[in-house]
Amino acid sequence: MDATTMTTAPPPVRAGSTSGRKSGILLLSPAVVLLLVWSIVPLLLTLWYSFRNYNLVDPTMHGFAGFSNYWYLLTDPDFLEALRNTALLVVGVLVISVGGGTLLAVLYDQEFFGRGIARVLVISPFFVMPTVSALLWKNLMLHPIYGVYAWMMRSVGLTPIDWLQRFPMATVMMIVAWEWLPFAVLILLTAVQSLDTEQREAALLDGAGPVARFRHIILPHLSRAITVVVMIETIYLLTIFAEIMVTTAGGPGVASTNLAYMIYARALLQFDVGGASAGGVIAIVIANIVAMFLVRAVARNLEA
Amino acid sequence: MAVKRSRGASIAIGSLGWIIALWIFFPLFWMFLTGFKSEVDAIATPPHLFFRPTLVSYAEVFERANYWHFALNTVLISVGATFVAILLSIPAAYAMAFLPGKRTKGTLLWMLSTRMLPPVGVLVPIYLIARDTHLLDTVVGLAIVDMLTNLPITVWMLYTFFREVPLPILEAGRMDGANRWQEITVVLLPLAVPGIASTALLSMILCWNEAFWSLNLTSSQAAPLTAFIASFSSPEGLFFGKLSAASTLAVAPILIFGWFSQKQLVRGLTFGAVK
Amino acid sequence: MATVELKNIRKTYISEEIIKGVSLTIEDGEFVVFVGPSGCGKSTLLRMIAGLEDITDGDLLIDGRRVNDVGPADRGLAMVFQSYALYPHMNVYQNMEFALKLAKMPEAERRGKIEAVAKTLQLEPYLKHKPGQLSGGQRQRVAIGRAIVRNPKVFLFDEPLSNLDAALRGQMRVELATLHRRLEATTIYVTHDQIEAMTMADKIVVLQKGIIEQVGSPLELYHHPRNLFVARFIGAPPMNLLQAHVIAADEQGTRVKLVTGQSVTVAVEPRADLVGTSVTLGIRPEHVRLGTSDVNPGQGVVLLAEHLGALTHLHVRISDGHDIIIQTEGGDALTADAPVAFSFPPEHCHLFDQNGVAMPRKARRSLAA
Repeated sequence: MDATTMTTAPPPVRAGSTSGRKSGILLLSPAVVLLLVWSIVPLLLTLWYSFRNYNLVDPTMHGFAGFSNYWYLLTDPDFLEALRNTALLVVGVLVISVGGGTLLAVLYDQEFFGRGIARVLVISPFFVMPTVSALLWKNLMLHPIYGVYAWMMRSVGLTPIDWLQRFPMATVMMIVAWEWLPFAVLILLTAVQSLDTEQREAALLDGAGPVARFRHIILPHLSRAITVVVMIETIYLLTIFAEIMVTTAGGPGVASTNLAYMIYARALLQFDVGGASAGGVIAIVIANIVAMFLVRAVARNLEA
Repeated sequence: MAVKRSRGASIAIGSLGWIIALWIFFPLFWMFLTGFKSEVDAIATPPHLFFRPTLVSYAEVFERANYWHFALNTVLISVGATFVAILLSIPAAYAMAFLPGKRTKGTLLWMLSTRMLPPVGVLVPIYLIARDTHLLDTVVGLAIVDMLTNLPITVWMLYTFFREVPLPILEAGRMDGANRWQEITVVLLPLAVPGIASTALLSMILCWNEAFWSLNLTSSQAAPLTAFIASFSSPEGLFFGKLSAASTLAVAPILIFGWFSQKQLVRGLTFGAVK
Repeated sequence: MATVELKNIRKTYISEEIIKGVSLTIEDGEFVVFVGPSGCGKSTLLRMIAGLEDITDGDLLIDGRRVNDVGPADRGLAMVFQSYALYPHMNVYQNMEFALKLAKMPEAERRGKIEAVAKTLQLEPYLKHKPGQLSGGQRQRVAIGRAIVRNPKVFLFDEPLSNLDAALRGQMRVELATLHRRLEATTIYVTHDQIEAMTMADKIVVLQKGIIEQVGSPLELYHHPRNLFVARFIGAPPMNLLQAHVIAADEQGTRVKLVTGQSVTVAVEPRADLVGTSVTLGIRPEHVRLGTSDVNPGQGVVLLAEHLGALTHLHVRISDGHDIIIQTEGGDALTADAPVAFSFPPEHCHLFDQNGVAMPRKARRSLAA
């Protein structure tokens, strides 16, 4: 920032003038009203449908269902499998992307030849649309006959594996991690670079070695950025859909079906609106718990 | 960081950095390469790193797959949704940045929380509403949904950019006799052009790559590139050359956008929590 | 040109009262400086006059007309901001033109005005430059020019010099004072710098915590501060303040005994009720007399001698551990640890009662008009 902004104290938050408040509300209202409708109406409808018998192709199914949609869902082993897969996907990808992202952020903070280009290469997968990533991995990389990895295994004398059939969940997780690791690197690298040079130099003068610097200077500095990455990724990872649809279609069986894919399958493949809505309500509840923490973390930042 | 390092350590760090970067980027590189292979070369084992490049795959994608139809849909949806989102966000972000009230902070956080709603939770009602209003499989329908999902992000991002415009400049405008409209259009917006541009860019990227609603709300008429690529997942679509060519076309513009605007995107993606 | 009148002006943010009833009359052509520590409400008061802040209560009159509900642009004012607030995307010419354009002044007239102002302010070579290409002093001049072209009834300045370095600040001070003499425009100027206030103002308004502590000419404030706050705030280095006991009050004045043992008779209106109580004696550093000419001089040790060339500031520890500052014209020989003798000429002493209010002098000093 230049000198001008430094000496100008930030204006205190003020109640504003009456006319200002009025036009403020007027200017704000289009966006707020649209978002209000967008966030409330479908939510209420989902809630409503979840207590109804409602099948898109079976008109004999109607009327109030009570908690039966929830009951069927909660006692369905497929649902439990989907929940387990959802959790696995979220936790697995988080561990890979945040752990790897932190290390890579520190690595790409170092000076080396062509660092700028290397950074750009690393973050690239984040900008690739999910369907492309999924197909790229499914075919060009992991295809049991024509894929690059199959060739590599053969060339060292191993039998190629049909990854998506043998380890569907782990493979999907790997593909998703490939998309989200760059996101973590992008955010965490920015955060590392915002570390005050003087603080680093002070640590150097104090005789801190690389490990001590990482533990006591860089990690604490990154903690908030890591929190933000964890929460934003969680929100997206909870509803991973395209990658599963394109690679395994949830299979084999329900081995790679997560909550999002299950709801989609219930609603648009089995046409069971009631059951899908019950699943939707559960997904919203889970997401809200995560969102609460994220909103709080961002709110704290808003004070500063 | 001005840390003196031995030459050996520098080379080791550099090599590690490059090896990891190339390994992560390899699938995209391979996709790019395969797009210029003939179908025979594309599935050759062992894979050919050197081959006679051909544009056959691209030609076929353009001719047979009606690529332009899907590309046009993507562009229309992304540009339309972004344009409307920015149009709605400017007054909202202005109001929150320069006319803050007691509830401003709450409103901002509430907007953020609407973004956190899992789309799958409201898939059913949105699908049924789209069907009943004949917006299913239309460019307009998907653009509206994309616009609404991105609106919280564009408002937030513009808000953080507007807050960096010094209030006295707007007040000078007021003293000079500018009314609210002139204050926004003549004083604020020219100053905020870089911020608006990166906000629009992020919105474009998100719309371009959006998959969930694209796959669920469109089938043929309004299908964007994400859905078009997904159609290659069926067994009969298994042609590596064409798949790669089409994917390269679908990914390239956004990849280039992303490369040039990483720094600004961080702010938008983290709601200003990381700058 | 215009008069500005504030009648019991108040401002409340949320629940906190920032301006607690300010009344003030500013005459036509007067240069008035609002001065006070940060947070005293001086900028808020200026912004209320400008129309950038609502007036919670009270009346603001410009030329006798109540303008509380008139928009900022229609009050006939122009303001120069601390950060200059130039439009960064417009060049110097466009910056000055903006207000005229909004007022729908014809092109030829605009051009004439801007060129005339640019000439006065020596901005002609820079008319096509963007603010980012200008130095701090040039930006400052553009901001002033932008105010002048509008031909306002009142000029408002919000700490305009605080972003400039010391040398430039001195130069701009002279330029602003000269400009004011030529334009003869009513001017309200906010600063936290008492030197700016002393050098430029016709009238200084000292504010603290949203109330006016004193209004008066620079010399009035210097010689007759109404209370301890003003005494401390006006003058550099600040007035020495020492605890004292009143031992007698009669026709000659009030006799006080300092903690150092000296006694001084100050010619203020005697108040018998204060005998035996504790008061504060104030004397400016330049009025303390060095040497042993007095019958009962104070003794001290030099802690630090700041040689400014023409002047020397001696920081002296007086016997009981209190420090005072003595300003002398010579003093070159004095260095740290040197013992000094000093005395307080009674005619230069001020007395403040326990509430910090100045006790009125029997004879007021004649002020240079």
